[in-house]
Amino acid sequence: MTDADRQVDSQVDSQVDSQVNSQVNSRRAAGRRARGRRLIALIPALWLVVFFLVPFLIVLRISLSQTVIAQPPYLPLLDLSAGWQGLRDFVAGLSFDSYRLLASDGLYATFYLRSLAIAALSTLLLLLIGYPLAYGIARVPRRLQPVLVMAVFLPFLTAFLIRIYAWINILQREGLLNDALMALGLVRQPLVWLSTDTAIIIGIVYSYLPFMVLPLYASLEKMDETLLEAAADLGCPRWKAFWLVTAPLSTPGVAAGALLCFIPIAGEYVIPDLLGGSGAQMIGQTLWTEFFQNKDWPVASAVAVALLVALLAPILIYQHLQARALEGR
Amino acid sequence: MRKGPSLFNVTSVALGLAFLYLPIAILVIYSFNASRLVTVWGGWSTRWYVALLDDRAMLEATWNSLRIAALSATAATVLGTLAAVVLVRAGRFHGRTAFSAMVYAPLVMPEVITGLSLLLLFVALNVDRGFWTVAIAHTTLTLSFVTVVVQSRLLDFDRSLEEAAMDLGCPPLRTFITVTLPLIFPAIAAGWMLAFTLSFDDLVIASFTTGPGATTLPMRIYSEVRLGVKPQINAICTIMIAVVAIGVIAAALVAKRRGLARAR
Repeated sequence: MTDADRQVDSQVDSQVDSQVNSQVNSRRAAGRRARGRRLIALIPALWLVVFFLVPFLIVLRISLSQTVIAQPPYLPLLDLSAGWQGLRDFVAGLSFDSYRLLASDGLYATFYLRSLAIAALSTLLLLLIGYPLAYGIARVPRRLQPVLVMAVFLPFLTAFLIRIYAWINILQREGLLNDALMALGLVRQPLVWLSTDTAIIIGIVYSYLPFMVLPLYASLEKMDETLLEAAADLGCPRWKAFWLVTAPLSTPGVAAGALLCFIPIAGEYVIPDLLGGSGAQMIGQTLWTEFFQNKDWPVASAVAVALLVALLAPILIYQHLQARALEGR
Repeated sequence: MRKGPSLFNVTSVALGLAFLYLPIAILVIYSFNASRLVTVWGGWSTRWYVALLDDRAMLEATWNSLRIAALSATAATVLGTLAAVVLVRAGRFHGRTAFSAMVYAPLVMPEVITGLSLLLLFVALNVDRGFWTVAIAHTTLTLSFVTVVVQSRLLDFDRSLEEAAMDLGCPPLRTFITVTLPLIFPAIAAGWMLAFTLSFDDLVIASFTTGPGATTLPMRIYSEVRLGVKPQINAICTIMIAVVAIGVIAAALVAKRRGLARAR
Protein backbone atom coordinates (compact mmCIF):
# COMPACT_ATOMS: atom_id res chain seq x y z
CA MET A 1 0.00 0.00 0.00
CA THR A 2 1.39 3.37 -0.95
CA ASP A 3 0.98 6.58 1.01
CA ALA A 4 -1.56 7.82 -1.49
CA ASP A 5 -3.65 4.67 -0.99
CA ARG A 6 -3.53 5.05 2.76
CA GLN A 7 -4.58 8.67 2.47
CA VAL A 8 -7.54 7.85 0.27
CA ASP A 9 -8.43 5.00 2.63
CA SER A 10 -8.58 7.25 5.62
CA GLN A 11 -10.66 9.79 3.76
CA VAL A 12 -12.98 7.08 2.58
CA ASP A 13 -13.26 5.62 6.10
CA SER A 14 -14.29 8.92 7.56
CA GLN A 15 -17.06 9.29 5.03
CA VAL A 16 -18.40 5.78 4.72
CA ASP A 17 -20.21 5.86 8.07
CA SER A 18 -21.84 9.20 7.58
CA GLN A 19 -23.07 8.54 4.09
CA VAL A 20 -24.27 5.02 3.73
CA ASN A 21 -27.92 5.23 4.51
CA SER A 22 -29.20 1.93 3.23
CA GLN A 23 -30.99 -0.51 5.47
CA VAL A 24 -29.36 -1.05 8.81
CA ASN A 25 -28.52 -4.73 8.40
CA SER A 26 -26.82 -4.33 5.04
CA ARG A 27 -25.17 -1.10 6.04
CA ARG A 28 -21.76 -2.56 6.73
CA ALA A 29 -21.61 -4.53 3.50
CA ALA A 30 -22.81 -1.59 1.44
CA GLY A 31 -20.12 0.55 3.02
CA ARG A 32 -17.46 -1.93 2.07
CA ARG A 33 -18.80 -2.08 -1.49
CA ALA A 34 -18.84 1.69 -1.90
CA ARG A 35 -15.32 1.80 -0.52
CA GLY A 36 -14.15 -0.78 -3.04
CA ARG A 37 -15.67 1.30 -5.82
CA ARG A 38 -13.87 4.38 -4.61
CA LEU A 39 -10.59 2.53 -4.71
CA ILE A 40 -11.08 1.53 -8.34
CA ALA A 41 -11.48 5.24 -9.08
CA LEU A 42 -7.71 5.38 -8.64
CA ILE A 43 -7.06 3.50 -11.90
CA PRO A 44 -8.83 5.87 -14.34
CA ALA A 45 -7.91 8.82 -12.10
CA LEU A 46 -4.22 7.99 -12.32
CA TRP A 47 -4.43 7.68 -16.11
CA LEU A 48 -6.17 11.04 -16.43
CA VAL A 49 -3.75 12.77 -14.07
CA VAL A 50 -0.74 11.54 -16.04
CA PHE A 51 -2.13 11.98 -19.56
CA PHE A 52 -4.57 14.86 -19.16
CA LEU A 53 -3.76 17.03 -16.14
CA VAL A 54 0.05 16.93 -16.07
CA PRO A 55 0.27 17.72 -19.82
CA PHE A 56 -1.62 20.98 -19.16
CA LEU A 57 0.88 21.95 -16.52
CA ILE A 58 3.65 21.30 -19.04
CA VAL A 59 1.86 23.51 -21.59
CA LEU A 60 1.67 26.24 -18.96
CA ARG A 61 5.36 25.86 -18.16
CA ILE A 62 6.44 25.92 -21.80
CA SER A 63 4.28 28.96 -22.51
CA LEU A 64 6.59 30.74 -20.04
CA SER A 65 9.74 29.60 -21.83
CA GLN A 66 11.73 31.05 -24.68
CA THR A 67 12.35 29.57 -28.09
CA VAL A 68 15.85 28.34 -28.87
CA ILE A 69 17.25 26.33 -31.72
CA ALA A 70 18.01 23.16 -29.80
CA GLN A 71 16.46 19.90 -28.72
CA PRO A 72 14.05 20.47 -26.97
CA PRO A 73 13.51 23.87 -28.63
CA TYR A 74 12.86 25.94 -25.50
CA LEU A 75 14.62 27.37 -22.44
CA PRO A 76 14.98 27.30 -19.44
CA LEU A 77 15.34 23.61 -18.63
CA LEU A 78 14.85 22.42 -15.09
CA ASP A 79 18.08 20.81 -13.88
CA LEU A 80 17.09 18.74 -10.86
CA SER A 81 20.60 17.49 -10.28
CA ALA A 82 21.66 21.04 -9.41
CA GLY A 83 19.22 21.02 -6.49
CA TRP A 84 17.87 24.33 -5.20
CA GLN A 85 20.21 26.34 -7.41
CA GLY A 86 18.80 24.53 -10.44
CA LEU A 87 15.24 25.37 -9.41
CA ARG A 88 16.16 29.00 -8.76
CA ASP A 89 17.84 29.31 -12.18
CA PHE A 90 14.77 27.74 -13.75
CA VAL A 91 12.34 30.16 -12.14
CA ALA A 92 14.58 33.12 -13.00
CA GLY A 93 14.65 31.95 -16.61
CA LEU A 94 10.87 31.96 -17.03
CA SER A 95 9.52 34.77 -19.14
CA PHE A 96 6.25 36.24 -20.26
CA ASP A 97 7.59 37.03 -23.74
CA SER A 98 5.11 34.75 -25.52
CA TYR A 99 2.15 36.37 -23.79
CA ARG A 100 3.61 39.82 -24.49
CA LEU A 101 3.77 38.86 -28.18
CA LEU A 102 0.15 37.67 -28.14
CA ALA A 103 -0.96 40.91 -26.53
CA SER A 104 1.08 43.26 -28.73
CA ASP A 105 0.45 41.68 -32.13
CA GLY A 106 -3.11 42.61 -33.06
CA LEU A 107 -3.39 39.65 -35.41
CA TYR A 108 -3.59 37.17 -32.52
CA ALA A 109 -6.38 39.14 -30.87
CA THR A 110 -8.24 39.29 -34.20
CA PHE A 111 -8.04 35.52 -34.73
CA TYR A 112 -8.95 34.90 -31.10
CA LEU A 113 -12.08 37.06 -31.23
CA ARG A 114 -12.95 35.76 -34.68
CA SER A 115 -12.92 32.17 -33.38
CA LEU A 116 -15.23 33.05 -30.52
CA ALA A 117 -17.55 34.95 -32.89
CA ILE A 118 -17.70 32.07 -35.40
CA ALA A 119 -18.30 29.62 -32.56
CA ALA A 120 -21.13 31.77 -31.18
CA LEU A 121 -22.78 32.26 -34.57
CA SER A 122 -22.49 28.56 -35.46
CA THR A 123 -23.92 27.53 -32.08
CA LEU A 124 -26.89 29.82 -32.66
CA LEU A 125 -27.49 28.34 -36.12
CA LEU A 126 -27.10 24.84 -34.70
CA LEU A 127 -29.81 25.61 -32.17
CA LEU A 128 -32.12 26.98 -34.85
CA ILE A 129 -31.68 23.87 -37.00
CA GLY A 130 -31.23 21.33 -34.21
CA TYR A 131 -34.19 22.28 -32.05
CA PRO A 132 -36.95 21.62 -34.63
CA LEU A 133 -35.18 18.39 -35.60
CA ALA A 134 -34.92 17.15 -32.00
CA TYR A 135 -38.47 18.29 -31.27
CA GLY A 136 -39.75 16.49 -34.36
CA ILE A 137 -38.00 13.26 -33.35
CA ALA A 138 -39.46 13.50 -29.85
CA ARG A 139 -42.98 13.83 -31.35
CA VAL A 140 -43.00 10.86 -33.76
CA PRO A 141 -44.34 7.48 -32.51
CA ARG A 142 -42.09 6.00 -29.80
CA ARG A 143 -40.98 2.93 -31.72
CA LEU A 144 -39.59 5.10 -34.54
CA GLN A 145 -37.60 7.34 -32.22
CA PRO A 146 -34.54 5.10 -31.67
CA VAL A 147 -34.18 4.65 -35.43
CA LEU A 148 -34.23 8.41 -36.03
CA VAL A 149 -31.82 9.07 -33.17
CA MET A 150 -29.45 6.52 -34.70
CA ALA A 151 -29.91 8.17 -38.11
CA VAL A 152 -28.80 11.50 -36.64
CA PHE A 153 -25.87 9.88 -34.86
CA LEU A 154 -24.66 7.74 -37.76
CA PRO A 155 -22.96 10.55 -39.75
CA PHE A 156 -21.00 11.37 -36.61
CA LEU A 157 -19.51 7.88 -36.77
CA THR A 158 -18.50 8.22 -40.42
CA ALA A 159 -15.19 9.98 -40.39
CA PHE A 160 -15.26 13.67 -39.65
CA LEU A 161 -12.66 14.37 -42.32
CA ILE A 162 -14.84 12.67 -44.92
CA ARG A 163 -17.83 14.83 -44.10
CA ILE A 164 -15.78 18.00 -44.49
CA TYR A 165 -14.29 16.64 -47.68
CA ALA A 166 -17.80 15.95 -49.03
CA TRP A 167 -18.52 19.65 -48.72
CA ILE A 168 -15.44 20.55 -50.78
CA ASN A 169 -17.03 18.53 -53.60
CA ILE A 170 -20.23 20.51 -53.20
CA LEU A 171 -18.94 24.01 -52.53
CA GLN A 172 -16.11 24.31 -55.05
CA ARG A 173 -16.46 26.66 -58.02
CA GLU A 174 -17.57 23.91 -60.44
CA GLY A 175 -19.28 22.10 -57.61
CA LEU A 176 -22.80 20.82 -57.27
CA LEU A 177 -24.16 23.79 -55.35
CA ASN A 178 -23.30 26.21 -58.15
CA ASP A 179 -24.55 23.71 -60.75
CA ALA A 180 -27.85 23.44 -58.91
CA LEU A 181 -28.22 27.19 -58.45
CA MET A 182 -27.47 27.87 -62.13
CA ALA A 183 -29.77 25.10 -63.30
CA LEU A 184 -32.55 26.64 -61.24
CA GLY A 185 -31.74 30.01 -62.79
CA LEU A 186 -31.12 31.60 -59.40
CA VAL A 187 -27.65 32.83 -60.34
CA ARG A 188 -25.98 33.37 -63.71
CA GLN A 189 -22.34 33.26 -62.66
CA PRO A 190 -20.91 30.58 -60.38
CA LEU A 191 -20.60 32.02 -56.88
CA VAL A 192 -17.55 31.67 -54.67
CA TRP A 193 -18.43 29.41 -51.73
CA LEU A 194 -15.24 27.61 -50.89
CA SER A 195 -12.62 29.57 -48.90
CA THR A 196 -15.21 31.84 -47.32
CA ASP A 197 -16.58 32.17 -43.80
CA THR A 198 -19.91 30.88 -45.10
CA ALA A 199 -18.20 27.62 -46.03
CA ILE A 200 -16.61 27.37 -42.57
CA ILE A 201 -19.96 27.87 -40.89
CA ILE A 202 -21.73 25.38 -43.17
CA GLY A 203 -19.02 22.81 -42.38
CA ILE A 204 -19.25 23.45 -38.64
CA VAL A 205 -23.05 23.29 -38.53
CA TYR A 206 -22.98 20.09 -40.56
CA SER A 207 -20.34 18.39 -38.40
CA TYR A 208 -21.68 19.39 -35.01
CA LEU A 209 -25.41 18.87 -35.63
CA PRO A 210 -25.51 15.47 -33.84
CA PHE A 211 -23.86 17.05 -30.77
CA MET A 212 -26.68 19.59 -30.64
CA VAL A 213 -29.58 17.29 -31.46
CA LEU A 214 -28.82 14.43 -29.05
CA PRO A 215 -28.85 16.41 -25.76
CA LEU A 216 -31.88 18.38 -26.99
CA TYR A 217 -33.73 15.19 -27.81
CA ALA A 218 -32.79 13.69 -24.43
CA SER A 219 -34.41 16.58 -22.59
CA LEU A 220 -37.46 16.83 -24.90
CA GLU A 221 -38.13 13.10 -24.83
CA LYS A 222 -38.31 13.01 -21.03
CA MET A 223 -40.96 15.70 -20.98
CA ASP A 224 -44.28 15.00 -19.35
CA GLU A 225 -46.96 15.11 -22.05
CA THR A 226 -49.72 15.73 -19.50
CA LEU A 227 -48.35 19.22 -18.90
CA LEU A 228 -49.12 20.15 -22.50
CA GLU A 229 -52.53 18.52 -22.27
CA ALA A 230 -53.28 20.47 -19.13
CA ALA A 231 -52.27 23.67 -20.92
CA ALA A 232 -54.52 22.77 -23.87
CA ASP A 233 -57.45 21.91 -21.57
CA LEU A 234 -57.12 25.28 -19.95
CA GLY A 235 -57.39 26.93 -23.38
CA CYS A 236 -53.74 27.74 -23.99
CA PRO A 237 -52.95 27.84 -27.73
CA ARG A 238 -50.30 25.40 -28.92
CA TRP A 239 -47.57 27.95 -29.69
CA LYS A 240 -48.05 29.60 -26.33
CA ALA A 241 -47.90 26.26 -24.55
CA PHE A 242 -44.62 25.63 -26.37
CA TRP A 243 -43.12 28.87 -25.05
CA LEU A 244 -44.53 28.51 -21.55
CA VAL A 245 -44.04 24.76 -21.02
CA THR A 246 -41.81 23.02 -23.54
CA ALA A 247 -39.12 25.67 -23.99
CA PRO A 248 -38.40 26.22 -20.27
CA LEU A 249 -38.34 22.47 -19.61
CA SER A 250 -35.83 21.90 -22.40
CA THR A 251 -33.33 24.53 -21.21
CA PRO A 252 -30.95 21.94 -19.69
CA GLY A 253 -30.79 20.27 -23.12
CA VAL A 254 -30.27 23.62 -24.84
CA ALA A 255 -27.47 24.51 -22.44
CA ALA A 256 -25.76 21.12 -22.75
CA GLY A 257 -26.03 21.11 -26.55
CA ALA A 258 -24.83 24.69 -26.90
CA LEU A 259 -21.79 24.13 -24.68
CA LEU A 260 -20.99 20.76 -26.25
CA CYS A 261 -20.80 22.62 -29.59
CA PHE A 262 -19.42 26.04 -28.65
CA ILE A 263 -16.35 24.86 -26.72
CA PRO A 264 -14.77 22.56 -29.33
CA ILE A 265 -15.82 24.82 -32.24
CA ALA A 266 -13.84 27.71 -30.72
CA GLY A 267 -10.67 25.63 -31.05
CA GLU A 268 -11.58 24.00 -34.38
CA TYR A 269 -8.71 23.41 -36.78
CA VAL A 270 -9.68 21.04 -39.59
CA ILE A 271 -12.88 22.75 -40.78
CA PRO A 272 -11.48 26.28 -41.22
CA ASP A 273 -8.30 24.83 -42.70
CA LEU A 274 -10.08 22.86 -45.42
CA LEU A 275 -13.09 25.08 -46.10
CA GLY A 276 -11.89 28.56 -45.11
CA GLY A 277 -9.77 31.13 -46.87
CA SER A 278 -6.05 31.53 -46.38
CA GLY A 279 -6.18 35.10 -45.06
CA ALA A 280 -8.27 35.02 -41.92
CA GLN A 281 -7.64 32.24 -39.44
CA MET A 282 -9.30 30.72 -36.42
CA ILE A 283 -7.18 30.45 -33.30
CA GLY A 284 -6.82 26.68 -33.63
CA GLN A 285 -5.08 27.25 -36.98
CA THR A 286 -2.82 29.83 -35.35
CA LEU A 287 -1.76 27.30 -32.73
CA TRP A 288 -1.16 24.69 -35.45
CA THR A 289 0.92 27.09 -37.57
CA GLU A 290 3.01 28.30 -34.63
CA PHE A 291 3.74 24.73 -33.67
CA PHE A 292 4.20 22.89 -36.97
CA GLN A 293 5.44 25.64 -39.29
CA ASN A 294 7.13 28.23 -37.08
CA LYS A 295 8.30 25.58 -34.58
CA ASP A 296 7.66 28.14 -31.87
CA TRP A 297 6.56 25.91 -29.01
CA PRO A 298 6.33 28.65 -26.34
CA VAL A 299 4.02 30.81 -28.49
CA ALA A 300 1.90 27.77 -29.46
CA SER A 301 1.60 26.91 -25.76
CA ALA A 302 0.69 30.49 -24.88
CA VAL A 303 -2.05 30.40 -27.56
CA ALA A 304 -3.34 27.16 -26.02
CA VAL A 305 -3.38 28.70 -22.53
CA ALA A 306 -5.15 31.83 -23.80
CA LEU A 307 -7.77 29.72 -25.57
CA LEU A 308 -8.27 27.60 -22.47
CA VAL A 309 -8.77 30.72 -20.32
CA ALA A 310 -11.52 31.93 -22.66
CA LEU A 311 -13.19 28.51 -22.55
CA LEU A 312 -12.76 27.93 -18.81
CA ALA A 313 -16.14 29.40 -17.84
CA PRO A 314 -18.11 27.43 -20.46
CA ILE A 315 -16.22 24.24 -19.53
CA LEU A 316 -16.99 24.70 -15.83
CA ILE A 317 -20.68 25.34 -16.57
CA TYR A 318 -20.75 22.22 -18.73
CA GLN A 319 -19.13 20.16 -15.92
CA HIS A 320 -21.67 21.51 -13.47
CA LEU A 321 -24.59 20.56 -15.76
CA GLN A 322 -23.17 17.05 -16.25
CA ALA A 323 -22.76 16.51 -12.52
CA ARG A 324 -26.27 17.81 -11.84
CA ALA A 325 -27.78 15.60 -14.54
CA LEU A 326 -26.08 12.61 -12.91
CA GLU A 327 -27.47 13.41 -9.47
CA GLY A 328 -30.92 14.36 -10.70
CA ARG A 329 -31.69 10.91 -12.13
CA MET B 1 -53.72 10.76 -25.06
CA ARG B 2 -50.74 11.65 -27.14
CA LYS B 3 -51.02 13.82 -30.22
CA GLY B 4 -49.16 12.65 -33.31
CA PRO B 5 -46.43 14.68 -34.98
CA SER B 6 -47.55 17.80 -36.81
CA LEU B 7 -46.67 18.59 -40.40
CA PHE B 8 -44.01 20.96 -39.04
CA ASN B 9 -42.46 18.14 -36.99
CA VAL B 10 -42.31 15.77 -39.95
CA THR B 11 -40.90 18.45 -42.26
CA SER B 12 -38.14 19.42 -39.84
CA VAL B 13 -37.09 15.81 -39.35
CA ALA B 14 -37.10 15.18 -43.11
CA LEU B 15 -35.11 18.35 -43.88
CA GLY B 16 -32.68 17.67 -41.05
CA LEU B 17 -31.95 14.15 -42.25
CA ALA B 18 -31.65 15.35 -45.86
CA PHE B 19 -29.08 17.92 -44.75
CA LEU B 20 -27.13 15.22 -42.89
CA TYR B 21 -27.20 12.60 -45.64
CA LEU B 22 -27.17 14.47 -48.95
CA PRO B 23 -23.43 15.31 -48.88
CA ILE B 24 -22.58 11.72 -47.97
CA ALA B 25 -24.81 10.37 -50.74
CA ILE B 26 -23.18 12.67 -53.29
CA LEU B 27 -19.74 11.52 -52.19
CA VAL B 28 -20.70 7.87 -52.52
CA ILE B 29 -22.17 8.40 -56.01
CA TYR B 30 -19.11 10.30 -57.23
CA SER B 31 -16.78 7.55 -55.99
CA PHE B 32 -18.18 5.45 -58.86
CA ASN B 33 -17.54 8.20 -61.40
CA ALA B 34 -15.45 7.02 -64.35
CA SER B 35 -14.15 10.51 -65.11
CA ARG B 36 -10.86 11.72 -63.66
CA LEU B 37 -12.42 15.18 -63.29
CA VAL B 38 -14.33 15.03 -60.08
CA THR B 39 -17.00 17.44 -61.24
CA VAL B 40 -17.79 15.83 -64.58
CA TRP B 41 -19.91 12.71 -64.66
CA GLY B 42 -18.31 10.13 -66.95
CA GLY B 43 -20.45 7.06 -66.31
CA TRP B 44 -20.26 4.34 -63.64
CA SER B 45 -16.94 2.70 -62.88
CA THR B 46 -15.07 1.01 -60.05
CA ARG B 47 -11.64 2.06 -61.31
CA TRP B 48 -10.87 4.22 -58.25
CA TYR B 49 -11.43 1.27 -55.96
CA VAL B 50 -8.99 -0.77 -58.02
CA ALA B 51 -6.51 2.11 -57.94
CA LEU B 52 -6.69 2.09 -54.13
CA LEU B 53 -5.30 -1.43 -53.99
CA ASP B 54 -2.07 -0.15 -55.55
CA ASP B 55 -1.76 2.73 -53.13
CA ARG B 56 0.71 1.19 -50.68
CA ALA B 57 0.97 4.30 -48.49
CA MET B 58 -2.79 4.40 -48.09
CA LEU B 59 -3.01 0.70 -47.21
CA GLU B 60 -0.21 1.02 -44.68
CA ALA B 61 -1.89 4.04 -43.08
CA THR B 62 -5.17 2.09 -42.89
CA TRP B 63 -3.41 -0.79 -41.14
CA ASN B 64 -1.82 1.62 -38.63
CA SER B 65 -5.18 3.25 -37.93
CA LEU B 66 -6.93 -0.07 -37.40
CA ARG B 67 -4.30 -1.26 -34.92
CA ILE B 68 -4.25 2.01 -33.01
CA ALA B 69 -8.05 2.17 -32.91
CA ALA B 70 -8.44 -1.43 -31.67
CA LEU B 71 -5.83 -1.01 -28.96
CA SER B 72 -6.92 2.41 -27.72
CA ALA B 73 -10.63 1.50 -27.83
CA THR B 74 -9.98 -1.56 -25.67
CA ALA B 75 -7.94 0.38 -23.12
CA ALA B 76 -10.46 3.24 -23.12
CA THR B 77 -13.33 0.80 -22.60
CA VAL B 78 -11.71 -0.69 -19.50
CA LEU B 79 -10.78 2.69 -18.02
CA GLY B 80 -14.02 4.39 -19.06
CA THR B 81 -16.21 1.61 -17.63
CA LEU B 82 -14.35 1.79 -14.30
CA ALA B 83 -14.84 5.56 -14.26
CA ALA B 84 -18.56 5.16 -15.00
CA VAL B 85 -19.02 2.61 -12.21
CA VAL B 86 -17.27 4.96 -9.79
CA LEU B 87 -19.32 8.00 -10.86
CA VAL B 88 -22.67 6.22 -10.67
CA ARG B 89 -22.14 3.88 -7.72
CA ALA B 90 -19.55 5.23 -5.34
CA GLY B 91 -21.70 8.04 -3.96
CA ARG B 92 -19.94 11.10 -2.65
CA PHE B 93 -16.26 10.83 -1.89
CA HIS B 94 -13.38 13.14 -1.39
CA GLY B 95 -12.14 14.39 -4.75
CA ARG B 96 -15.31 13.37 -6.59
CA THR B 97 -15.71 16.81 -8.17
CA ALA B 98 -12.12 16.79 -9.36
CA PHE B 99 -12.51 13.25 -10.64
CA SER B 100 -15.69 13.97 -12.62
CA ALA B 101 -14.12 17.17 -13.96
CA MET B 102 -11.19 15.18 -15.31
CA VAL B 103 -13.49 12.58 -16.82
CA TYR B 104 -15.79 15.02 -18.62
CA ALA B 105 -13.22 17.63 -19.70
CA PRO B 106 -11.78 15.65 -22.65
CA LEU B 107 -15.31 15.53 -24.15
CA VAL B 108 -15.29 19.22 -24.94
CA MET B 109 -11.61 20.12 -24.89
CA PRO B 110 -10.51 21.50 -28.29
CA GLU B 111 -8.36 18.85 -29.94
CA VAL B 112 -5.48 21.21 -30.67
CA ILE B 113 -5.03 21.78 -26.94
CA THR B 114 -5.18 18.08 -26.02
CA GLY B 115 -2.83 17.20 -28.87
CA LEU B 116 -0.27 19.88 -28.05
CA SER B 117 -0.28 19.09 -24.33
CA LEU B 118 0.18 15.35 -24.87
CA LEU B 119 3.00 15.93 -27.31
CA LEU B 120 4.78 18.20 -24.83
CA LEU B 121 4.37 15.48 -22.19
CA PHE B 122 5.94 12.87 -24.47
CA VAL B 123 8.80 15.25 -25.26
CA ALA B 124 9.33 15.97 -21.56
CA LEU B 125 9.42 12.23 -20.84
CA ASN B 126 11.77 11.77 -23.78
CA VAL B 127 9.62 9.01 -25.31
CA ASP B 128 10.04 8.02 -28.96
CA ARG B 129 6.87 9.08 -30.71
CA GLY B 130 4.93 6.70 -32.94
CA PHE B 131 2.36 3.95 -32.63
CA TRP B 132 2.28 3.82 -28.82
CA THR B 133 2.08 7.54 -28.21
CA VAL B 134 -0.87 7.89 -30.61
CA ALA B 135 -2.57 4.93 -28.92
CA ILE B 136 -2.12 6.51 -25.47
CA ALA B 137 -3.39 9.86 -26.73
CA HIS B 138 -6.47 8.25 -28.26
CA THR B 139 -7.18 6.27 -25.09
CA THR B 140 -7.19 9.52 -23.14
CA LEU B 141 -9.48 11.19 -25.66
CA THR B 142 -12.01 8.37 -25.97
CA LEU B 143 -12.33 7.06 -22.42
CA SER B 144 -14.67 9.93 -21.53
CA PHE B 145 -17.04 8.95 -24.33
CA VAL B 146 -17.10 5.36 -23.05
CA THR B 147 -17.86 6.67 -19.56
CA VAL B 148 -20.85 8.69 -20.79
CA VAL B 149 -22.30 5.73 -22.70
CA VAL B 150 -21.81 3.19 -19.89
CA GLN B 151 -22.93 5.64 -17.22
CA SER B 152 -26.33 6.16 -18.83
CA ARG B 153 -26.87 2.41 -18.91
CA LEU B 154 -25.82 2.01 -15.26
CA LEU B 155 -28.31 4.70 -14.27
CA ASP B 156 -31.12 2.92 -16.08
CA PHE B 157 -30.90 -0.66 -14.92
CA ASP B 158 -32.52 -2.43 -12.03
CA ARG B 159 -30.20 -2.48 -9.02
CA SER B 160 -32.28 -4.99 -7.11
CA LEU B 161 -30.62 -7.81 -9.09
CA GLU B 162 -27.20 -6.79 -7.80
CA GLU B 163 -28.53 -6.36 -4.30
CA ALA B 164 -30.20 -9.77 -4.40
CA ALA B 165 -26.92 -11.42 -5.44
CA MET B 166 -25.05 -9.74 -2.64
CA ASP B 167 -27.73 -10.44 -0.04
CA LEU B 168 -27.34 -14.10 -0.97
CA GLY B 169 -23.66 -13.83 -0.12
CA CYS B 170 -22.07 -13.23 -3.49
CA PRO B 171 -18.88 -11.20 -3.05
CA PRO B 172 -18.90 -7.72 -4.69
CA LEU B 173 -16.32 -8.47 -7.38
CA ARG B 174 -18.12 -11.65 -8.38
CA THR B 175 -21.46 -9.85 -8.39
CA PHE B 176 -19.96 -7.25 -10.69
CA ILE B 177 -18.63 -9.87 -13.10
CA THR B 178 -21.62 -12.24 -13.10
CA VAL B 179 -24.54 -9.80 -12.69
CA THR B 180 -23.58 -6.22 -13.51
CA LEU B 181 -21.24 -6.81 -16.43
CA PRO B 182 -23.68 -8.90 -18.53
CA LEU B 183 -26.41 -6.31 -17.89
CA ILE B 184 -24.32 -3.35 -19.02
CA PHE B 185 -22.57 -5.28 -21.78
CA PRO B 186 -24.53 -3.65 -24.66
CA ALA B 187 -23.39 -0.24 -23.42
CA ILE B 188 -19.81 -1.42 -23.07
CA ALA B 189 -19.89 -2.77 -26.63
CA ALA B 190 -21.39 0.50 -27.88
CA GLY B 191 -18.72 2.42 -25.97
CA TRP B 192 -15.98 0.34 -27.57
CA MET B 193 -17.38 0.94 -31.05
CA LEU B 194 -17.66 4.66 -30.40
CA ALA B 195 -14.09 4.77 -29.09
CA PHE B 196 -12.87 2.78 -32.08
CA THR B 197 -14.47 5.12 -34.63
CA LEU B 198 -13.33 8.23 -32.76
CA SER B 199 -9.77 6.97 -32.80
CA PHE B 200 -9.98 5.82 -36.40
CA ASP B 201 -11.32 9.26 -37.27
CA ASP B 202 -8.94 11.52 -35.42
CA LEU B 203 -6.58 13.76 -37.35
CA VAL B 204 -5.52 16.53 -35.00
CA ILE B 205 -4.37 14.61 -31.93
CA ALA B 206 -2.69 11.95 -34.07
CA SER B 207 -0.79 14.63 -36.01
CA PHE B 208 0.63 16.05 -32.79
CA THR B 209 1.56 12.78 -31.12
CA THR B 210 2.72 10.63 -34.03
CA GLY B 211 6.25 9.89 -35.12
CA PRO B 212 8.07 8.33 -38.05
CA GLY B 213 6.38 5.25 -39.49
CA ALA B 214 3.07 5.77 -37.73
CA THR B 215 1.09 7.81 -40.26
CA THR B 216 -2.61 7.19 -39.73
CA LEU B 217 -5.31 7.06 -42.39
CA PRO B 218 -6.84 10.47 -41.58
CA MET B 219 -3.35 12.03 -41.78
CA ARG B 220 -2.84 10.41 -45.17
CA ILE B 221 -6.28 11.50 -46.44
CA TYR B 222 -5.72 15.00 -45.09
CA SER B 223 -2.45 15.47 -46.93
CA GLU B 224 -4.14 14.30 -50.17
CA VAL B 225 -7.23 16.47 -49.64
CA ARG B 226 -5.12 19.58 -49.10
CA LEU B 227 -3.77 19.10 -52.61
CA GLY B 228 -7.27 19.03 -54.05
CA VAL B 229 -10.20 16.70 -54.59
CA LYS B 230 -9.23 13.29 -55.96
CA PRO B 231 -11.51 10.45 -57.04
CA GLN B 232 -9.56 7.85 -55.00
CA ILE B 233 -10.41 9.78 -51.85
CA ASN B 234 -14.11 9.46 -52.70
CA ALA B 235 -13.58 5.72 -53.02
CA ILE B 236 -11.79 5.26 -49.70
CA CYS B 237 -14.39 7.45 -47.97
CA THR B 238 -17.17 5.28 -49.39
CA ILE B 239 -15.47 2.16 -48.07
CA MET B 240 -15.19 3.72 -44.62
CA ILE B 241 -18.85 4.75 -44.67
CA ALA B 242 -19.88 1.24 -45.75
CA VAL B 243 -17.84 -0.38 -42.96
CA VAL B 244 -19.35 1.90 -40.32
CA ALA B 245 -22.89 1.43 -41.65
CA ILE B 246 -22.53 -2.37 -41.71
CA GLY B 247 -21.08 -2.35 -38.19
CA VAL B 248 -23.88 -0.22 -36.80
CA ILE B 249 -26.64 -2.18 -38.51
CA ALA B 250 -25.13 -5.49 -37.36
CA ALA B 251 -24.90 -4.18 -33.79
CA ALA B 252 -28.51 -3.00 -33.94
CA LEU B 253 -29.68 -6.41 -35.21
CA VAL B 254 -27.76 -8.26 -32.50
CA ALA B 255 -29.22 -5.97 -29.85
CA LYS B 256 -32.72 -6.53 -31.22
CA ARG B 257 -32.30 -10.32 -31.20
CA ARG B 258 -31.04 -10.24 -27.65
CA GLY B 259 -34.02 -8.08 -26.72
CA LEU B 260 -36.43 -10.53 -28.36
CA ALA B 261 -34.76 -13.51 -26.72
CA ARG B 262 -35.15 -11.85 -23.33
CA ALA B 263 -38.77 -10.95 -23.99
CA ARG B 264 -39.68 -14.58 -24.64
